[in-house]
Amino acid sequence: MSGSDVSRDGVEGARPGRDALTGAHAGRRRGRGRGERAVVPDAEFSSYYGEPVLNRPTWKALDIAGYLFCGGLAGASSLLAAGADATARPVLARTAKLGAAGAISVSLAALVHDLGRPARFLNMLRVVKPTSPMSLGSWLLAGYAPLTVAAAAADVTGRYRVVGAAATAGAAALGPVVATYTAVLISDTAVPSWHEGHRELPFVFAGSAATAAAGLALAGAPAGQTGPARRAAVLGAALELGAFRLMKRRMGLAAEPYETGRPHGLLRTAEVLTAGGAALAACAGRRRSRVLGAVAGTALLAGSAALRFGVFHAGVASAEDPKYTVVPQRERLAARSRPGGAEGGRP
Amino acid sequence: MTDDTAARAAGSTGAPPRVGFFTDTSVCIGCKACEVACKEWNAIPEDGLELTGMSYDNTQGLGASTWRHVAFVEQRKPLGGQEPGVGHGNHEDHEDIDVFAAARGLGAPPGSPLAPDGRTELRWLMSSDVCKHCTRAACLDVCPTGSLFRTEFGTVVVQEDVCNGCGYCVPACPYGVIDQRPGDGRAWKCTLCYDRLGVGMEPACAKSCPTDSIQFGPLEELRERAAARVARLHAAGVTDARLYGADPEDGVGGDGAFFLLLDEPEVYGLPPDPVVTTRDLPAMWRHAAAAAVSLTALAAVCFAGRPR
Repeated sequence: MSGSDVSRDGVEGARPGRDALTGAHAGRRRGRGRGERAVVPDAEFSSYYGEPVLNRPTWKALDIAGYLFCGGLAGASSLLAAGADATARPVLARTAKLGAAGAISVSLAALVHDLGRPARFLNMLRVVKPTSPMSLGSWLLAGYAPLTVAAAAADVTGRYRVVGAAATAGAAALGPVVATYTAVLISDTAVPSWHEGHRELPFVFAGSAATAAAGLALAGAPAGQTGPARRAAVLGAALELGAFRLMKRRMGLAAEPYETGRPHGLLRTAEVLTAGGAALAACAGRRRSRVLGAVAGTALLAGSAALRFGVFHAGVASAEDPKYTVVPQRERLAARSRPGGAEGGRP
Repeated sequence: MTDDTAARAAGSTGAPPRVGFFTDTSVCIGCKACEVACKEWNAIPEDGLELTGMSYDNTQGLGASTWRHVAFVEQRKPLGGQEPGVGHGNHEDHEDIDVFAAARGLGAPPGSPLAPDGRTELRWLMSSDVCKHCTRAACLDVCPTGSLFRTEFGTVVVQEDVCNGCGYCVPACPYGVIDQRPGDGRAWKCTLCYDRLGVGMEPACAKSCPTDSIQFGPLEELRERAAARVARLHAAGVTDARLYGADPEDGVGGDGAFFLLLDEPEVYGLPPDPVVTTRDLPAMWRHAAAAAVSLTALAAVCFAGRPR
């Protein structure tokens, strides 16, 4: 026992360096990591030894962020494939169809691999549950994936053209939903940096899907046929970057994980690659350069992937810090208890 | 959705009344009998023996293999001395004993760190956390396999022979309760001892609690008891006492397992204003549909331009 006496007036006979006050600075602090220093001072809040309120998402980054990227690439590629078929651009059509079929196959493999019990993957189709985006997504993929494979197979073999055309049209109808529902999938959680972006994230993912598909088309088709892909790259980049800025501005404290540490690095890289890729794509069109197109395409694909990994890691970081759970909820309660403040925070 | 209809809305006919827990943390002594009883009864595997330095809490939090977790909070805040004899007001044989007067008479032994009014410098809060069995349960809503279901008792249970370990329930839970068990792959959480309820027994944790901090019973009755307990504590000068999760109008429609706390919820590691994530799901789908239409329009514009 310590030899000092604790009383209401303080500690008598205290020894130097032993004044660890109960409850003061409690908890294990994690390193803040590199990245920008936050401009806003740290919010005052209580927590249980700094432990997170939420459980950390158990999804593996490579599987799930990879799926977000591949799903977007496939969905938007199906749109490009249908457009290319309609405007007689055969190489663009084949590139997009093979891209969609390949990307969605990789997606399915990643999704099954991420399951805790992969052998039970068929349980996903055990029920149809409108309250579960993952249930609806499973059914969506069950319809979409065979269509992309049929469209690609018909194109490559040159047989069953009518079936191929119908499959291409069907895949183009479902493709945009495949590309954007993944935003609902991750927003429909208690993870602050995913949930608070539920209005803008589908648009970010739509733009990112367009740039990825455009990137694949630019890398795989001759310059003479990639006019629409170049325009898709520019418009997609504008949609992605614009929606992302808007999202961060409107989500309050939950935007912070997007601007610190590893997610910030990934998202900054994504921004540079996407904007640079779109600019290069526009140049490639003017110069009709296949090499420039391939470089632009690679940059766009990498930019889209970096964005998905950045969003994924930012969400995980927001779940691991109690601040992002507690402070916004406290503000919501305070706003509700203020006279006249019926609903706090964002509507 | 009110309490009685929680099970009926999920398809149970002739359901028994909804049951739950009322965890009165003001009488918790931190013995962890609930943690042990839960592990024993449910045959939950060991999940790490660590010394954390977080007061007496080496369990750390709820997870796949921890369905009861006793939190220990040390605070430099005077508390009216711990009153071990405070009853719940329903024990008739103790009705006439004024335990507060009795406690005042104890006095402070000479030389002890007690102020003249009998209050100590330190207050030590203990609270046994558990799955809340929400009226609107996010884990149940997002489960794609139908593995999570609402029982006839209004509780939320995982069917381990159906769960494929997709992990969606883990980030969906606003309380950080359910988790995936490493090596096993499936999601696990408190079942409110569904197997014991079926044969008319109370859950293992409530059975083992020596101070009746964990009370099990029909939810309606527990809420009445809790309201009376808060009123009694307020009357005794413990103004910090408040109920958590008892309001059927809150973001999760009220908890099946609710608490009497002596400080803000976040001090115990609980979210102050949890909301079921699926409340915003219609808005999410609307925005996703608009984004899908935008993507289609974007593609159409790209192909409508002059051919190059």
